[in-house]
Amino acid sequence: MNSLTLLQVAWVALRVNLLRSILTMLGIIIGVAAVIIMLALGAGARYDVDQQIKSLGGNVFVVFARGRFMGGAREASGSSQGLTEMDAQAIEQQIPEVNVATPTLRASGQLIYGNLNWAPEIHGVDNKIYTAQSWELAEGRSFSDTELASAGRVAVIGQTVKRELFGAADALGQTVRVNKMPVTVIGVLKGKGQNTQGNDQDDLIFMPLDTVRKRIAGMTLSSPKAVRSIIVQVTDERDMSIVEQQLDSLLRQRLRISDNQSGFSIRNLAEMVETRSQTMQIFNGLLAAVASVSLLVGGIGIMNIMLVSVTERTREIGLRMAVGAEPRIILKQFLVEAVLLCAMGGLIGLTLAVAVSLGLEHFAGFTAIIQPQVVVMSLGFSCLIGVFFGYYPATKAARMQPIEALRFE
Amino acid sequence: MSHTVVETKALEKHYQMGGQHLRALKDISIRIAEGDFVAVMGPSGSGKSTFMNMIGCLDAPSRGQILLQGEALTQLSAAALAKVRNKYIGFVFQQFNLLPRTSALDNVLLPLLYNNTPRDEARARAQACLQLVGLGDRLDHQPSQLSGGQQQRVAIARALVNDPALILADEPTGALDTETGLEVMQLLQQLHQQGKTIVLVTHESDIAAFANRQLLFKDGNLISDRSSIPHSAAAELAILRQQRIKEVAV
Ligand SMILES: Nc1ncnc2c1ncn2[C@@H]1O[C@H](COP(=O)(O)OP(=O)(O)OP(=O)(O)O)[C@@H](O)[C@H]1O
Ligand SMILES: [Mg+2]
Repeated sequence: MNSLTLLQVAWVALRVNLLRSILTMLGIIIGVAAVIIMLALGAGARYDVDQQIKSLGGNVFVVFARGRFMGGAREASGSSQGLTEMDAQAIEQQIPEVNVATPTLRASGQLIYGNLNWAPEIHGVDNKIYTAQSWELAEGRSFSDTELASAGRVAVIGQTVKRELFGAADALGQTVRVNKMPVTVIGVLKGKGQNTQGNDQDDLIFMPLDTVRKRIAGMTLSSPKAVRSIIVQVTDERDMSIVEQQLDSLLRQRLRISDNQSGFSIRNLAEMVETRSQTMQIFNGLLAAVASVSLLVGGIGIMNIMLVSVTERTREIGLRMAVGAEPRIILKQFLVEAVLLCAMGGLIGLTLAVAVSLGLEHFAGFTAIIQPQVVVMSLGFSCLIGVFFGYYPATKAARMQPIEALRFE
Repeated sequence: MSHTVVETKALEKHYQMGGQHLRALKDISIRIAEGDFVAVMGPSGSGKSTFMNMIGCLDAPSRGQILLQGEALTQLSAAALAKVRNKYIGFVFQQFNLLPRTSALDNVLLPLLYNNTPRDEARARAQACLQLVGLGDRLDHQPSQLSGGQQQRVAIARALVNDPALILADEPTGALDTETGLEVMQLLQQLHQQGKTIVLVTHESDIAAFANRQLLFKDGNLISDRSSIPHSAAAELAILRQQRIKEVAV
């Protein structure tokens, strides 16, 4: 009996008990779908994290001054000085592994254009920010040296700000008011989209450091060159820990902070994201494990129904043996039936998983990625379940004595 | 002397039932030649079916020997026995034993699936056999769409499809009324005239009279073996039908 005939015979047997076959498959369908969906969500989360790390830069530290710049409102406390532009310079010059170190300030304020207003994050930066945070210009230019040196009233705006204030119209050369001060838009950034937390990364504007410090944040700063944070980009990601140590000792020395005090913090954003994502990965792994259990239960269901089917069809088995079916072929027949059940269940489960994943992406904002190897593996695995749980019922059928099987009532 | 299809030598079958030892067949030595039409008779429990299952290779003897087409069957594996059955034996059962929800054609095809006959050839042969038993127009009917007599004729077609050396029929008319029973017997007689070797189990002497040779079993013993001139099933069927018409007329 060739394989095609075996498949046909199995197909007919399953079709005869269509409803039962479908109900039996249900366990496998749900199991396979659940496993694939969990793995897809896991892979999607992983992808999001990777994207975020890419956008933050896996090789970036952010150094914050502690208790210094809370919206410019809080005064300096303690004896240590805050971070300054000179610290950024020193970091870049004295730590050879550092590519760029760029100081930043942050302020809040209202942007007004015509009768529209909008409140993005306002960042005081210099042109190194493009390298340090991987920003690119969509149009226009970055700040000139004169603008940087003289607290020029110019701004580079993010995509969201452009959309909200200018819509489709040209933004370049337009004047907006930032806290009542007129500022000329000289550039527009390329969009980065949302990060994994769903925050809009494009809702910001860049202005020269001095402009923000003097004209927006006001004079609440402890030093004329004070900055809120320094973004440090390391040339080679592998040097991160060396650079972290060097940063720590250099800043302690410059800010005159002893080892047991803390006046600044060094944060590796990629690492923070990574840590958070690891928890998520573990959670996802657990869910996938639970899903596999349901696959196992589905397998037991298959075995159960195959046993019932073998008993029900005892006379059929006897007849097939009487007309010349060898035990080996009876074994194959029932095995093929179980595997076919599982394979079809797997396929339906896969289809279901694809549908649910698409739904989750479109309606719930998840990223779900179904990797090809997961598809192959889950289909292969469901076939294996068929072989594993179908084997015992099939042996039972093959071991029957033709005469007893024929007489079975 | 014509060619021997099956021969038993001191054949015994014993059953062990809850400490009781039952000799279902006792020292049966018999020879069935090509072209024989043998009726196996005897009261219930006399060992007819047991004998039949032995020579049909469905069951192994406890003692003694069976030669089928000159080949000894003892000590063959289950797989080898399956091959022997497929090649040499065609079974007809009292309860038809057709596959449910499967067309007549596919039912008849079944033995050919197990010896890898090419699909087209298998279909052609199955169709020819169904034509032979008068069901050429019922190829696609499922058992539930056929009458008892028709189902038994499908089963006979299935027994014929592999052109076996021996056709074994265990009470083929047992589940049928007199008329359809006669129809089945007429078909078997036809096959016998075409040269088939047939062994038929029955406990009705009317049915046994259509065979050329009668074996009588009692308590596992073969107590008589005689040949006779067979009655004609066709003739009896004609008489029966005539009576029917008269009854309706009256
Ligand atoms: N599997 C078995 N186990 C135990 N005893 C059996 C078995 N099969 C048959 N027998 C016994 O062997 C004897 C012969 O049985 P067999 O079926 O051959 O009778 P039979 O002549 O065909 O009867 P019937 O006309 O009722 O079909 C009976 O006494 C029966 O009880
Ligand atoms: Mg019997």
